[in-house]
Amino acid sequence: MTAVATLAASIRELRKDYVLSGETVHALRGVSFDVPEGDYISIMGPSGSGKSTLLNLLGCLDRPTAGSFLLGGEDVAKMNDDQLSETRAKRIGFVFQSYNLLPALTVVENIEMPLYYGGRIDAGTRDRCVELANLVGLGNRLDHRPSQLSGGQQQRVAIARSLVNDPRFMLADEPTGNLDSVMTAEILDLLASLNAEGRTIILVTHENEVAARTARTIVLRDGHILTDERR
Amino acid sequence: MSRGWRTLKLSIKSLLLHPLRSALTVLGIFIGVAGVIWLLSIGEGIGRAAEEQIAGLGARNIIVRTIKPSADEVQDAGYGLTRDDYIRLLATVPTIDKAIPIREVSREFRNGTRKFEGRCVGCTPDYAEVTRLEPRQGRFLTDGDLINQSNYCVLAAETADRLFPFGDPIGQKIMVDDHFFVVVGVTKSRAPSAGIGGSVAAEDFSRDVYIPITTMETRMGDMEVVMKPGQFQRDLKELSQITIQVKDRDLVLPTVDVVRDTIARNHTLADYGVTVPLELLQQAQTTRLMFMLFLGLIAAVSLVVGGIGIMNIMLATVTERTREIGIRRALGAKRRDITQQFLAEAVVLSVVGGLLGIVGGLLCRPISILIRGRLLEWFPEQMATLPEVVRTVEPMMVSWSIPLAFAISVIVGVTFGVYPAIRAAQLDPIEALRHE
Repeated sequence: MTAVATLAASIRELRKDYVLSGETVHALRGVSFDVPEGDYISIMGPSGSGKSTLLNLLGCLDRPTAGSFLLGGEDVAKMNDDQLSETRAKRIGFVFQSYNLLPALTVVENIEMPLYYGGRIDAGTRDRCVELANLVGLGNRLDHRPSQLSGGQQQRVAIARSLVNDPRFMLADEPTGNLDSVMTAEILDLLASLNAEGRTIILVTHENEVAARTARTIVLRDGHILTDERR
Repeated sequence: MSRGWRTLKLSIKSLLLHPLRSALTVLGIFIGVAGVIWLLSIGEGIGRAAEEQIAGLGARNIIVRTIKPSADEVQDAGYGLTRDDYIRLLATVPTIDKAIPIREVSREFRNGTRKFEGRCVGCTPDYAEVTRLEPRQGRFLTDGDLINQSNYCVLAAETADRLFPFGDPIGQKIMVDDHFFVVVGVTKSRAPSAGIGGSVAAEDFSRDVYIPITTMETRMGDMEVVMKPGQFQRDLKELSQITIQVKDRDLVLPTVDVVRDTIARNHTLADYGVTVPLELLQQAQTTRLMFMLFLGLIAAVSLVVGGIGIMNIMLATVTERTREIGIRRALGAKRRDITQQFLAEAVVLSVVGGLLGIVGGLLCRPISILIRGRLLEWFPEQMATLPEVVRTVEPMMVSWSIPLAFAISVIVGVTFGVYPAIRAAQLDPIEALRHE
């Protein structure tokens, strides 16, 4: 990774305040860092350090109280709700700790869902979803429901779903938090291979083994960046 | 696949996840819509029946009928409409197209040893047209019969069948009092006319014998002697009724006033009554409109209740599916997408309920006839105490009730679906994702 590489995202003096039962909570107190294209970052920190808040902001699920978040040159802080939704649908792949698959839909339908909101469903959609299911090793489970799959398989469906829009920017919120070590290894291999394709990945974790697989680790504490180290 | 189609498919899929809940919600709308159609149909059926009864008397007609005053007022003098009244009306009221003098008396008709009690009606040839009697055999009375005071008669269907059970009555003779009458025609049987209030009583045209009124006057006179045990009653009247047909429907009401004046001038007793079917028709129409409005209101209330059912279920659904909403939002659904999804579900529920309700509404006639048949079979005594209208009403489908009911069901779906849908869309995606 070199300094001249283009930036996937640029975070400057990002602040986020919440009002919780009349009291203002400063979740982020000015966070700045750059994310070069193709980087693989892990964010760590104790609970309450602001890592989930940061990830929500990076995932365009929320807007900062102050500061700027440039995603591919556009300031997310200035977007309205519809633009945020569109950014989520088209440019960001999101993987959750609890998979967040819809129980009523099959594997293929779950994978397909972001396209539904990106408005890009066409004749080739199903083929593409099947291809992604194959990529994550679930080619033989296309019409299963999430409840018929193991946790690792569900997470792989979720990864396939996050890939369906071919995002350059992927976020993962403790993607291995609910998995055993074998499945954790599988998921991390999958993420590593996606990073190797050139996708930028930022994941939140509190496991050092997971962080060790990434190229760079940012540690947060009390809404500040404590350390930002590249391996 | 278009966007709308996908939204529709998605909403149907979500609704099928809770089939019982969806079915119960649909039931609410179904009852409302079917109720609108049923109530309107039954209201229309009752209204039509009343109008037909009245129209059966002729919308262009004015019926002037003799009413017997109390006994001490009459004494031995005659009462009621006179032949002079008839002549004066014809001569002085230019808007009259036809006027028919009618005299009705009870008589025993005989053919050899066969006897039959019935009504002997003295009338003119126009009587057949105005009361809508059609010949089954032969002819009705003619002007010639009237002028010649012929002893010709026309039999009503039942009279003919009872006096001449075998063979053709035409050309045969029947005996009334001491006079022979030659049968020249038989009328088809006709539905009895109902009494509609005023001085017009129900008439059953099946046991009649029609003879020229001139013949009746010369052969039978104006005096009727009624002998009952302990009672000897004389009844002197010239005419029972004058039926007037006016040239144009618009002229009926002005003509009524003239007719009233003309007759009142020569009557000191209140021995006649004027009935105007058109007036009754207009009253009936107003009543019917009120009735339908009232029924419509009841149905509207049931639709609102159905709508609240939709809202209730949709709000529960929104709470229950908060996490799903969060996931969809996180994956790029706009607020609009969420609103559309939930609104589509509400509309699908109400439209399905509406369509089923229309089917249920179309079954109104067969089902109500079936139920009535059963009830008549099982509880004949109780049913007999019900008003005639209830026992005989035939629901009439009102054509505009179907689009109306459908439109209402859609409006209900949208109205009661909007709030839950907006609530769903207002959920914060992060909060919604955390929801268990």
